[in-house]
Amino acid sequence: MRDTSPRPLPSPHRSPGLRRRGFLAATGAASLGALTLAGCGGTGTGSGDDAGKGGGSPKRGGRLRAAFAGGGAGETLDPHLANLFVDVARAKALFDKLADHGADLSAQPRLAERWESNRTLDRWQVTLRRATFHDGRPVTAEDVLYSYRRIADPKRAFRAKASLEPIDLDASRATGERAVEFVLKRPTAEFPNILAAFGAYIVPGNATGFDRKPIGSGPFRFVSFTPGRSAVFGRYDDYWEGAPHLDEIEFVVANEESARVNALLGGQIEYAHELNPATARAHEGKGQVEIVRLRGSTMQAFCMKTDRPPFDDERVRQAFFLIADREELVDGALSGAGEVGNDLFGKGYEYYADGLPQRGQDLERARALLKRAGAEKLKVALDTSAVAAGFTEAASIFRDQARKAGVTVEVRMGSKDSYWSDVLDRGTLCCYRSGAMPIEAHISQRLLTDSSTNATKWRHKDFDALYRQAQSTRDRAERAAVHERMQRRLYGEGGFLVWGFADWIIATARTVRGVDTKAPANTLDWARFDRVWLT
Amino acid sequence: MSGLRSFVARRLLLGLLQTAAVVLLVFALTEALPGDAAVALAGDQPDPARVEAIREAMRLDRPAWERLTDWAAGLPHGDFGTSLVSGRPVGRYIADGFGPTLLLAALTVVLLVPAGFGLGMLAARHEGRFVDRVISSATLAVYAVPEFALGVLLVTVLSLRLGWLPPTAVGYGTDLLAHPAALVLPVLVLLSRPVCSLARMVRAGMIDALASPYVAQARRYGVSGARVRYTHALPNALAPAAQQIARTVDWLLCGVVVVEALYVIPGLGTVLLGAVAERDVPVVQGLTVVFGVLTVVLNLGADLVAHRLAPRAGVAA
Repeated sequence: MRDTSPRPLPSPHRSPGLRRRGFLAATGAASLGALTLAGCGGTGTGSGDDAGKGGGSPKRGGRLRAAFAGGGAGETLDPHLANLFVDVARAKALFDKLADHGADLSAQPRLAERWESNRTLDRWQVTLRRATFHDGRPVTAEDVLYSYRRIADPKRAFRAKASLEPIDLDASRATGERAVEFVLKRPTAEFPNILAAFGAYIVPGNATGFDRKPIGSGPFRFVSFTPGRSAVFGRYDDYWEGAPHLDEIEFVVANEESARVNALLGGQIEYAHELNPATARAHEGKGQVEIVRLRGSTMQAFCMKTDRPPFDDERVRQAFFLIADREELVDGALSGAGEVGNDLFGKGYEYYADGLPQRGQDLERARALLKRAGAEKLKVALDTSAVAAGFTEAASIFRDQARKAGVTVEVRMGSKDSYWSDVLDRGTLCCYRSGAMPIEAHISQRLLTDSSTNATKWRHKDFDALYRQAQSTRDRAERAAVHERMQRRLYGEGGFLVWGFADWIIATARTVRGVDTKAPANTLDWARFDRVWLT
Repeated sequence: MSGLRSFVARRLLLGLLQTAAVVLLVFALTEALPGDAAVALAGDQPDPARVEAIREAMRLDRPAWERLTDWAAGLPHGDFGTSLVSGRPVGRYIADGFGPTLLLAALTVVLLVPAGFGLGMLAARHEGRFVDRVISSATLAVYAVPEFALGVLLVTVLSLRLGWLPPTAVGYGTDLLAHPAALVLPVLVLLSRPVCSLARMVRAGMIDALASPYVAQARRYGVSGARVRYTHALPNALAPAAQQIARTVDWLLCGVVVVEALYVIPGLGTVLLGAVAERDVPVVQGLTVVFGVLTVVLNLGADLVAHRLAPRAGVAA
């Protein structure tokens, strides 16, 4: 988050005791933070700066121990229940998805070798590559349909269920051993994003009970698992993409950040997930460990409810855009571990509108806008909580910035445990954060009239129509143009004041090579241990 | 002896009632927390339909009293219910977490008793002199350091700087005995404060006793100094010490959350913390019962010891 820690960290708010586990953010973010991480080097050749670092060519053998914040004794290896970062890291070692997100959040083929749609984008033929499960059985179209139907089971509440919603699973069928025809309820140009959805793993047909001896088609096979403590997986020699370099990977759980760092420094582990910026600074360049910063992983924002006063007046929203001093927020709330945002989600991702001018603080214009809106002595309550790193700091920094524009912001602390569901419908202004996901998914989950987590209450028929238009546009360039129109609209008068993107920080022992430094969390190359090796 | 037996029976009955009251209270408080397991699990994707589905899958949509009754009905059969989050039996959570915590507690007590009594008696014997002043001020100083700070300090110096001991028990699971070096720091941290309070208590008890008329009388009879100290004065200091030790054991067994987190020891404290964060009510309830019963039994034991050692003190209930 646990999950949920964003940190960029993780943790700013850590009391001397323990930090709550981090939920992952799936496409969202984790409960704790968001994040990103990098996995390992692209396609495995270890080229470029990722694997570089004096790496040389991959070496086979060894056991890598990786420490994550975990979910305690309630953890499970059921990949469809993955909710925490550690769940996803383990699921990705044991299982595969049909596709996964690249560093720019575009869908990359995985178990699906290729996909093609009909002209109207509502029927997709997916061809599977030749791959086998750990027990030697081939991965077939029936396994794919079984997995998707399990996720979509109306009696269960798997996280990927909402993502698979556009698929009509009753009408979809296997057209060959390795060919599936997906029938969709409506045209969906970004259908491959669905195949890459968080938690949409392929399990063998009729698989149940994943804690005893889970069978997947991933790069590692099950060896042992004790919930909340340790999971050991061994190399799967017949992995379709080539066997991993490591003999074994062990996931250990250490919820306390200082414990992860100490274990790394003491040589007890080789990979520590999720560090806070202060720790990273203390060890960066000291030669004991490698610090990896995955830039721009977590969107950090204030969320204005556009359907109620005072934010139902777009001039007030624009004034708020101009009140924020983004550099100060990044420095103060993220301890400098991040970069400024431009009121749009997905900096650096596919379809991101990077041509729009960077917005900065302009108190005079903000005051003028407020005056025109008749909101000169405005008072607003800003909801925040220690639920994610930097939230409470961001709230108090923004309160001081707003004061300079004559706006009184009252910071209201909410419960950590129910914050996200509390702020979904209540209040008018709140701290918000999201992990990496395709821009299209961000829009469909949060910005359409019928979106299930529409925290800004952005409901515009014409905007919905633009989204549908993008989804039924076959040509990629035309689709990008529609995406840009949507983003211009959000930039001009949306409800998300996106002030920054936080780094996700991991540390590795100096013997570890092949850790990707660019992939945001939840993307293909994040926490991807089959491409890592030990020197 | 029948007086003693009815004392024990009364205490046990009282203890059971206290345990039941604690469980009810915990249940009520957990219910009163904002959110529930479904909301906690949904995290930052609080899609209302999904939260509702999770709630239904976990059977949280049933009234609270029904869930409480179901759970209580299983207790007589030793059935603590099943976890909301994982569906695994709560008994297994407790059994798994108990080993490491018990090991830590046992080691700590084994060292605590000689160390605490030794230091306390040494200080009492040299009352007011250099040794006493060193012991008294050192114990006060160490007592004042929070466990978390001491733990971090010890790791930094002994593990990271000097490299003598492993900084955590990460990856060792429950098999801590196979890695004794990993136990040194946690036990040191756990010992630090109880040793100080015990030593100070023993010192005070001994000094009082040595100044008492009956010791003076014994001395007048020519009883040797050592005998006076060990057979006449010490028992007097033992009674409060026994109760202090019982409280310490209780504290240790109930999961020393900070130490377990810092050194990554998967004991009861860790289990409890995770269960609270996830609103896994059956697990929290199961742990509460175990903690409640432990507290009752330990304190009963301590009172019996005190009763036996210093009947004059009139330890009743």
